[in-house]
Amino acid sequence: MILAPLPREVLIWTIARLLEGVRHVAVGAASPMPAAGSMLRRALDESRTELRLSILGSVANNFFTNGSTELFDCAGQGRLDAFFLGGGQIDGEANVNLVGVGGYPQSRVRWPGSFGSAYLYFTVPRVILFREEHTPRVMVEKVDFISAPGTSPAGVHRPGGPAALLTSKALFRFDRDRPGFTLESLHPGCGLADLLAATGFAFQHDDDPPVTPAPDGATLALLRGRVLDELEETYPAFAADWRRDLAAAQPAA
Amino acid sequence: MPGDLRAMASCVRPGMRIALPVDYAGVSMAMTRPLIENGAGDLHLVCVPTGGLQVDQLIGAGLVAMVETSAVSLGEAGGAPRFNQAVKDGTIRLRDATCPAIHAGLMAAQKGSPFLSIRGLIGSDLLRHRDDWRVIDNPFGAGGDPVVLIPAITPDIAIFHAPLADRFGNVWIGRRRELAAMAYASALTLVTVERIVRRNLLSDETTAAGTLPALYVAEIAEAPRGAWPYGLWGEYATDTAEIMRYASAARSAEGFAGYMAARAGVQA
Repeated sequence: MILAPLPREVLIWTIARLLEGVRHVAVGAASPMPAAGSMLRRALDESRTELRLSILGSVANNFFTNGSTELFDCAGQGRLDAFFLGGGQIDGEANVNLVGVGGYPQSRVRWPGSFGSAYLYFTVPRVILFREEHTPRVMVEKVDFISAPGTSPAGVHRPGGPAALLTSKALFRFDRDRPGFTLESLHPGCGLADLLAATGFAFQHDDDPPVTPAPDGATLALLRGRVLDELEETYPAFAADWRRDLAAAQPAA
Repeated sequence: MPGDLRAMASCVRPGMRIALPVDYAGVSMAMTRPLIENGAGDLHLVCVPTGGLQVDQLIGAGLVAMVETSAVSLGEAGGAPRFNQAVKDGTIRLRDATCPAIHAGLMAAQKGSPFLSIRGLIGSDLLRHRDDWRVIDNPFGAGGDPVVLIPAITPDIAIFHAPLADRFGNVWIGRRRELAAMAYASALTLVTVERIVRRNLLSDETTAAGTLPALYVAEIAEAPRGAWPYGLWGEYATDTAEIMRYASAARSAEGFAGYMAARAGVQA
């Protein structure tokens, strides 16, 4: 009997689904879930096509030879199809804040900073917003500081932008014209009322939204075998934690 | 502490603009303590393109007036405690950037050009707070099409760590080309290395391609495990447990001072 999918496995499978058709995806240094989703996509696609995966700061998953500028040069030319962005705050217009809250420059709470967001959000066609914490303090009506805006006025060169927002509770897609989020699905165990209470911005939704699909048996086997092994090289702590969860969920013989 | 590290650190004078590399590229942690003992403050740090432990320690030691960066963090170990506190207290000035803007500024300097234009940034609060950046319409376009101009970043000194140098002053940087970009842009480059070899790195085409020529390098000193607790590509892994110990200790000014005092004999 195959063990039922863990919540993190549903998220990783969702990331892999969002990457369908992508040829080159880049993942930030501290992003084990996006990396796992990308590795799963790579494994699923390998009989048909080669998905290139760049993990910043990794040795095994880094084919760049021109220093840390090469990722951005790639993106500027349209050679990067997908990227992941997080955010201390994300608002209903998909603006992201990676800088801090409570004033600027003297912020009450300071986060690391904007990294490459103010560039990659403009240049990468499929940016997936990924933030596990789904609370009113993260999903806000309006961010305190715009590290990178969700949309741009006509006339601004912008081949890239947000495609989806994935959290521990739900998956949204982003409509650039409206602009705004639409609920795509709720993860198993999360209700609409719970989601509405946890979200500081308004979004469109069905009265009875679908449930986020779980991976099938073959996909789960791939995830728990090859993907978990590949992930271990770059994210040993995350991989160990995942293995512990699997062991704990194992029904007693 | 080896005398040559102290001598190198004495090149740094108050108010200088110092370029430092991202945590995985080759940070000369061995130079951190000599820089602190040298005592030249009021420094303007340029993180290429982000900063970590070294930046946090220089801030904690009170040597930094301004940080120009795309981010400062301790990676897996979380936020950079002395940086975050200094921001909260308003004791450092900030030039928040995005990674490719820092690369563009260095590239402009490398070419001896006054600026480079880049995409992105329009509509961000980063741009709104940077009075040294400009927006113009693409002069080659049909009208409209705004682009951001990033002025040349010309540091006084670049400091980094690499696996090897030769006795002719050439430094092997492999594929970490941002180290070369820093050196091209800076007036002076100080390098610590794991080891200095007798052969000329330029006489073998295999190593020549990844070599920064001596033309751009002012001083080199040997400092084995000189990136510790950071790792060095191809040499050794990051000591994450040590960075976590720092992150925890440096949450207070006293804890930071205690950590630095306790590591006095360990570092360099």
